[in-house]
Amino acid sequence: MSRRVGVIRFPGTNCEFDTRDAINELGGEAKILWHSDTDLGDVDAIVIPGGFAHGDYLRCGAIARFSPIMDAVSTFARNGGPVLGICNGFQVLTEAGLLPGALQKNVGLKFLCRMEQIQFVSTANVVGLGASKGDLLDIPINHFEGNYVCAKETLDQLEEENRIVFRYTDNPNGSMGDIAGISNQSGNVVGMMPHPERATSMLLGSNDGASLLQSLLFTGRAAST
Amino acid sequence: MRFEVKIEVLPREGIANPEGSTIERTLPALGFETTGDVRVGKIIRLQVEADSADAAKATVEDMCNRFLSNPVIEDAIVEVLTT
Repeated sequence: MSRRVGVIRFPGTNCEFDTRDAINELGGEAKILWHSDTDLGDVDAIVIPGGFAHGDYLRCGAIARFSPIMDAVSTFARNGGPVLGICNGFQVLTEAGLLPGALQKNVGLKFLCRMEQIQFVSTANVVGLGASKGDLLDIPINHFEGNYVCAKETLDQLEEENRIVFRYTDNPNGSMGDIAGISNQSGNVVGMMPHPERATSMLLGSNDGASLLQSLLFTGRAAST
Repeated sequence: MRFEVKIEVLPREGIANPEGSTIERTLPALGFETTGDVRVGKIIRLQVEADSADAAKATVEDMCNRFLSNPVIEDAIVEVLTT
């Protein structure tokens, strides 16, 4: 079982403490890792939380891939380590080339901050443990650039390889194929726009995010090797 | 030699550009009825040391492909302004 989770903090990240607290609440041991670190230490999983890494200058997530820690994150991911990118973290993963496609401004040009319903399309990934295809989850979104886009061939490939993790049931941002989250080929890297860490208690309106983080805790590197 | 270079980064054809389409929908309100294909992007200007204008252009195109633009959603048009 995996319990130690590194939560990456860039200048401008702002969801690292919510993420840490949610993971700790679920029985994990989260530690915040600074972007200029070069070593992940002894962690079983990595979360790249939401925010505005490096001010989102140039493009969302574009500068973050140059942070020293991203070399270690890439190596960890390529070796099968579980990596979850949430919101800005998803944008960072696409810019770093760990996930395909890009996230552009929402259709309608509105910053969207509200609860959304998403549906599990594939559970063959690090957030899908214990879930079933078709499961509906209420998880909030909080983004301006959440409109997923990729080449047509990439979209076909994502569908064929069962890599669309979540779709919105009522597309809020114009995202291609209603995509709310995707994974890499082996399912150990997942990026999603909704914030599971903000849906871990009924006090927050939903605890549907808890199972996703729990899945990440249980499908650690040890479990996948 | 030092070259001044202008880079236009624009959303690729076929990629939705909500800013452009909002402007496009708004222009008729001012009587501009004949506009179309409005796209909003950004301009980056920089100086680069190179042996020739062609070399400067090649260097900046490499920067665009690897960093300054995201080829998934953007096109970059590089223009060397001074020689």
